[in-house]
Amino acid sequence: MSKETISLWVNEAPHRVEIEPGESLLSLLRDRLGLTGTKNGCGEGHCGACTVIVDGRAVRSCVYPAARAEGKRVETIEGLARDGALHPLQRAFIAEGAVQCGFCTPGMIMAAKALLDRTPNPSDAEIRRALRHNLCRCTGYSSILRAVRAAQAQMRAAQAEPPDASAATSAAAYTSARPLAAVGRSLPRPDARAKVTGQAVYSADLRFPGMLHAKVLRSRYPHARLLGVDTRRAAALPGVVAVLTARDVPGVNRHGLERPDWPVLCDDKARYIGDAIAVAAAETEALAAQALELIEVAYEPLEVVDSPERGLEPDAPLVHESGNVAKHIHLERGDLAEGWARADVIVERTYRTARAEHAFLEPECSVAVPEADGRLTVHVGSQIPFDDRRQIAAALGLPESQVRVVHAETGGTFGGKEDIAGQIHAALAAWVTRRPVRLLYTRPESIIAHPKRHPTVIHLKTGATREGKLVALEARILGDTGAYASLGPYVMTRTATHATGPYEIPHVWIDCHAVYTNNIPSGAFRGFGVPQAAFAMESQMDLLAEQLGLSPWEIRRRNAFHTGSLTATGQELRESVGLLETLDRVQAAWRALDSPWAYQTAEGKRRGWGLACAFKNVGLGGGAPDTAGASVEITTEGHIQVRAGAAEVGQGLVGVLAQIAAEELGVGPERAEVLVGDTALTLDGGATTASRQTYITGNAARLAAQALRETLAAVASAALGKPAAPLRFADGRIGDGERWLAWEEAVALARGAGCALRAERVYRPPETRPLGQGGDMHFAFGYATQAAEVEVDPATGEVTVLRVIAAHDVGQAINPLGVIGQVEGGVVMGAGLALTEDLPMRDGLPLATNLAQYRIPTVEEVPEILPIIVEDPAQEGPYGAKGIGEIPSIPTAAAIANAIHAACGARVYEIPATPERVREASTREASTREARTREARTRAPMPGRGSGRAAGDSR
Amino acid sequence: MWRAYLTPTTLEEALAMLAEHRGEARIIAGGTDLVLQSQQGKCPSTVMVDITRLPGLDQIAERDGYLQIGALATHGQVASSPLIRERAEVLALACGWVGGPQIRNVATLVGNVVNALPAADGAVALFALDAEAEVVNLRGRRWLPVAELYRGVGLCTIDSCVELVTALRFRALGPGQRSAYERLAPRRVLALPIVTVAAVIEIAEGRFVEARIAVGPVAPTPFRAVRAEAALVGQPVTAEVIAQAAALAAADAQPRDSATRGSREYRLDMVEALVRRALSQVMTG
Ligand code: FES
Ligand code: FES
Repeated sequence: MSKETISLWVNEAPHRVEIEPGESLLSLLRDRLGLTGTKNGCGEGHCGACTVIVDGRAVRSCVYPAARAEGKRVETIEGLARDGALHPLQRAFIAEGAVQCGFCTPGMIMAAKALLDRTPNPSDAEIRRALRHNLCRCTGYSSILRAVRAAQAQMRAAQAEPPDASAATSAAAYTSARPLAAVGRSLPRPDARAKVTGQAVYSADLRFPGMLHAKVLRSRYPHARLLGVDTRRAAALPGVVAVLTARDVPGVNRHGLERPDWPVLCDDKARYIGDAIAVAAAETEALAAQALELIEVAYEPLEVVDSPERGLEPDAPLVHESGNVAKHIHLERGDLAEGWARADVIVERTYRTARAEHAFLEPECSVAVPEADGRLTVHVGSQIPFDDRRQIAAALGLPESQVRVVHAETGGTFGGKEDIAGQIHAALAAWVTRRPVRLLYTRPESIIAHPKRHPTVIHLKTGATREGKLVALEARILGDTGAYASLGPYVMTRTATHATGPYEIPHVWIDCHAVYTNNIPSGAFRGFGVPQAAFAMESQMDLLAEQLGLSPWEIRRRNAFHTGSLTATGQELRESVGLLETLDRVQAAWRALDSPWAYQTAEGKRRGWGLACAFKNVGLGGGAPDTAGASVEITTEGHIQVRAGAAEVGQGLVGVLAQIAAEELGVGPERAEVLVGDTALTLDGGATTASRQTYITGNAARLAAQALRETLAAVASAALGKPAAPLRFADGRIGDGERWLAWEEAVALARGAGCALRAERVYRPPETRPLGQGGDMHFAFGYATQAAEVEVDPATGEVTVLRVIAAHDVGQAINPLGVIGQVEGGVVMGAGLALTEDLPMRDGLPLATNLAQYRIPTVEEVPEILPIIVEDPAQEGPYGAKGIGEIPSIPTAAAIANAIHAACGARVYEIPATPERVREASTREASTREARTREARTRAPMPGRGSGRAAGDSR
Repeated sequence: MWRAYLTPTTLEEALAMLAEHRGEARIIAGGTDLVLQSQQGKCPSTVMVDITRLPGLDQIAERDGYLQIGALATHGQVASSPLIRERAEVLALACGWVGGPQIRNVATLVGNVVNALPAADGAVALFALDAEAEVVNLRGRRWLPVAELYRGVGLCTIDSCVELVTALRFRALGPGQRSAYERLAPRRVLALPIVTVAAVIEIAEGRFVEARIAVGPVAPTPFRAVRAEAALVGQPVTAEVIAQAAALAAADAQPRDSATRGSREYRLDMVEALVRRALSQVMTG
């Protein structure tokens, strides 16, 4: 049986469409009707990104047979706006900042619409219930809930119903404490409209004539010698255009951001289950998949190094010839022996953290297009367009000038799209076939292939004086860096240098190994090794406080970094250390809630609060080149175009750059448009990582805009007969308060005089030094304090996060709405780390390969989040701004773990704190308590060591 | 992947289609799991006989002293049906846990049973309700206890290539009967449960008169904790009796160690904890 034709209505227009047997409604919409606003986040029913409405009900189009849509009415995101007027949901999503990467947005909006169409006045629980199958990795859902409530209120108001008093207060009301004209204001992101209407183009939405589809054959074994690959049968399959192996890689068959140890296509060995053996390019995706099955590979399976512990054993097989220690990191300060001598209490514990998956909603996709002039363009949503170009060119043996990388709209990255993932394979296939090639990962492939958050074992020994001053820290850290270095050596360096937490400790000895194994590589993931360190150290802080009879607030206050403090690397913090303010603000906010630190509910559940502080470097530091360029241009129609090589991955950089340029040039930010990440059109922006782009690209854009401002000031000065320097730029005018010149006029004069109306600047941040060489390892740090309230079910060990107060020192909020979005999203990601997220591996094989088994938080798990913005300006940062991308995820897991302890006395030393672990910990705790009581009964009562800290004294 | 997707409009037509493509065709209703299995090449059937256009099969009604649920009734319908909520609450509660609207709107309760997965929320409740399924093939119709449909993990005694389940039925809870549904999962929603417990209990004069306790997914199929039930009936409603029954329920469970859902020991403990909670719930609720 073959194709059939069905009739259906899509967005009120009738369609007759020929479909393939087995086709899904998603593919009908995207591939046949070109309605690419509906997204494919997993293709297996788990994420909700493909949600559309069929006959009034939300369905997942990826698992909805197209044939079943016969005669039905389908609504997609493209049909929501009427004559250019956005639906109230679309407007509210924009206004509330409920759009970041935008990949979940169309499905989320459709799910919300299906709800509001039937239930005009849903309760909070009903909204959550309606959205529980729509995953979002960026926003933390809080803004989405606000947006749905706001839209609902609007729709009711439109029907002249009385406004709902409970309608949410808008996050858009937040402003910086030091607002300027554009900077410091909560403004909608410039790309939000395209994202809420389904017009935003992600790389999987691109279509080129004659485009082929590529698929990658991955290793059958986690560790095996490759004896031979026979592609003949696959290549002979009709419709298959090329089947490529290591032999077909014309340039260097290795890539890697830290060191080139990762084969483009395996030649000698396969080192993990995601290793690429061959690439097939065919007329359809199905044919390419079929071709993979015909490739014959002869393997000699080798013993699997399944853990870093095994990797370090003397008889362990070598993952790489260079040895299994990918990086040994060591730092020392002071004299540990002296530290122990001064310590009145010492706490020594071992902590473990799990492998975590980024679960960005958009799976990796690269589209490579050979151009008529012989060059190759690769469209990809990644974090480092210029590094992509370098690595593609090297593998293809081409000069970089022959390769252009165009940053597509990107559906979330969080560190997981720094490494090469398909860019080279797609480019190679396009280069060989001379046809456009698309390589789209499936969700399981994405989970198997790209680097993860390092699983770590962190052993800490921490000493403090009776007064609660930390005096010594010894740390032994082991990280599973998997099969390839990726950014692992840098990540584990960050774990090591942040092992002290944001606290002054005079005597420090830290030793850390990043070990190669045959597991999925570990690399960058929001927080870059620091969340692991924070979980360990913040738990130690509470344990010490307990022994010293101090409150969790007090012990942190006594040791917190302040101006003049020295970090573990010996760096002096000379300015912008807002840590204590974050601590004070969180404490004040907690007091205002009037919520006991620990108590039992009427239903017998235990509730408690936990605290954690954090710091995180902004920028790469360690002496790495950390520059970024940007240009600003005033176009003939009077728009401002900012171009930068940085990547917009959902975090909101485009809005930040628009606001900065608008601020300098004295016009509204809506006049500014931003183009990012095109290696042919922008200056290199470096990696979009390490919370660095607001600071670095922000400064570059500011400098470029200032250059234009000087040009305009000069012509205005001449025209007004006033000195240029004191002229003000405001509200589209230039003047000194007495006399004004319209901005357009100044532009016209400048243009007429032949002045350059485009300026580009490269910003180089203050110098940093590699670890061990003294001086500043980083040029700026962000600081944070979070307090989490949890509820523990003592019978099952289940933990629910109820509230999180999160104060973050960002130096200066350029766009407070964006900052809040980062905080809310980061906190929820941290909650996932704390409670549910784990990608276990056994013998080199992952035990979770989809978004049902790997459990990121859903809207049903989201706590109430109270964000607090602290602004302790950084002198060099643009307007004082630092970075905010990563730090919101850092203290959350630690705060939750501490809260679990406050609630029920159980201390978890391993995250995620699954119900089983929590219950185990409380059983352990109960039996220790019992033993202690027994002991106390038989002997004299113990002196007050504060072991049974009462609930109240930690306030 | 299927080659043909057929949409019969009568039951007879559907059965005829199955017969025509004997062995290659199978029934599809909500298709929540089946479509994915087929797309991933895990379903051998090449012809899908979509019964979602058969009339009358989406009814939830009282018939012949039974509550009857048609084969096309979705989890959403069951969870929100006033009839079920009032007279078989345990089933409404269980179905309410299933997925988000995208699944609830599509996935049928009958499909949940035919799928025969021990983790299915609705099915566990049906076990506690002593439900029966109406099976129709070319030879006729018959009612079978739902428990008899289960042969193992994902194995149903109904062969969807030749026959279909058209309805489920069970007796509504009597005036003295109460029910409860307890569920523990590693993530509140969209995750396979660690343990589920459905209970239907009748208490009179301080004693258990009837007790039906179903447990999933801690064995190849959902099961009735018969020893626990027997230990309750005739006994006074006390914490000790409940604790004893809960321990017996756990003794009948045979969970596997799961790297993502907890160790065998923990899951056994949780059977006990959830049975205890379900029974206490019934007492106080
Ligand atoms: S793409 Fe359909 S649920 Fe994920
Ligand atoms: S905005 Fe929701 S996944 Fe990115």
